[in-house]
Amino acid sequence: MNPTRKRRLVVISLILGAVGIAAALTVLALQQNITYLYTPVEVQAGKVPPDARFRLGGMVKAGSIQRAGDSLKTGFTVTDGDADLAVEYTGILPDLFREKQSVVATGRMEGSRFVASEVLAKHDENYVPRDVAEAMAKAHKKHEVSEGAPAAQ
Amino acid sequence: MNPLVLWFHKLGSPPYFYRLAGRLLPWLWGLGLISLAVGLYGGLVLAPSDYQQSDAFRIIYVHVPSAWMSLFIYGFMALNGFIALIWRIKLSETLAMAAAPIGAAFTFICLATGSLWGKPMWGTWWTWDARLTSELVLLFLYFGVMGLYQAIEDRRQASRAAAFLALVGIVNLPIVHFSVNWWNTLHQGSTVRLFGPSLIDSRMLWPLLIMAIATKFLFAASLLSRARVDLLELEAGKDWARQVALADGDAA
Repeated sequence: MNPTRKRRLVVISLILGAVGIAAALTVLALQQNITYLYTPVEVQAGKVPPDARFRLGGMVKAGSIQRAGDSLKTGFTVTDGDADLAVEYTGILPDLFREKQSVVATGRMEGSRFVASEVLAKHDENYVPRDVAEAMAKAHKKHEVSEGAPAAQ
Repeated sequence: MNPLVLWFHKLGSPPYFYRLAGRLLPWLWGLGLISLAVGLYGGLVLAPSDYQQSDAFRIIYVHVPSAWMSLFIYGFMALNGFIALIWRIKLSETLAMAAAPIGAAFTFICLATGSLWGKPMWGTWWTWDARLTSELVLLFLYFGVMGLYQAIEDRRQASRAAAFLALVGIVNLPIVHFSVNWWNTLHQGSTVRLFGPSLIDSRMLWPLLIMAIATKFLFAASLLSRARVDLLELEAGKDWARQVALADGDAA
């Protein structure tokens, strides 16, 4: 390799290295600062400033969904396994919203309840055909396994 | 000289590349379109519907291959930019700049299809989580590279300046890829995994892989078509370009 190219290679490698380190440091710093969502445990531990609007993430507790008969008001409980939080929402819920589904709700605390202005359903990375899901649900029922299987629709 | 190295040197010569690309193009377009048809038929018709999302999951066959291509093409562009900056190979400059709009198109398709899926499934068109935001930054990086290339008069200086921007922007690639692991995001994690089992049924997986191959072929075909035109333009004064122009004139 001739000296000019070698010099260019060194200069460009150094610049890339510097940019890479800068990016890595930024990402590390953001790791602590960017919080897309809080879980019920974090909320109850007081990690969220009072009256702040924030996103609450967790699973919809089985059997906790209550729909009002005369309005779009829905109440449900979001759990992260360690703590529960009651959520209230008025509006149309996404298709994937159901029991044991991960949701992200945006809103603020009012007393001990979380009043959401937006509820998003989080989809997981599993893709299962309907027949397989049904077969799995049947097998789990037969062997009395309660958790872990995706519930068939 | 080692025959491989010799071939590599030959490949860098615009007339040789122009002819080779011309011979490859019909094959690349053909294979690309056939695999696209097979992949789409497999994905949209043959694959069973998902137990939770039912038919809405089929957007995966467009969204995920486009997302892969948005990262792949950026890597390709940056690699060619790297070669162009150090060895000043004309072909690399041309390839890097020809790849940018194709990459931007795939990134846009990825964002648009994701948005269409997000509204019914998540309940929102857009959210500022780490995955979506970093992918949007990727689109802007492509736009930056294209804009910088057009903003400088001299073609070769322009492509080197843009190549440098492309090279710096490469730090965004790991951020896009690992964002779902590093942060709590609304976007789900990776379904198809290079290491370990994929989290998708094999009947749903194969059309996805065919689509990934189809997008590679279509990218290659589109890239070579664009690069041929760019090379002719860049070398307009050279003998070989004049010969090509004359031969085309005779044929017409």
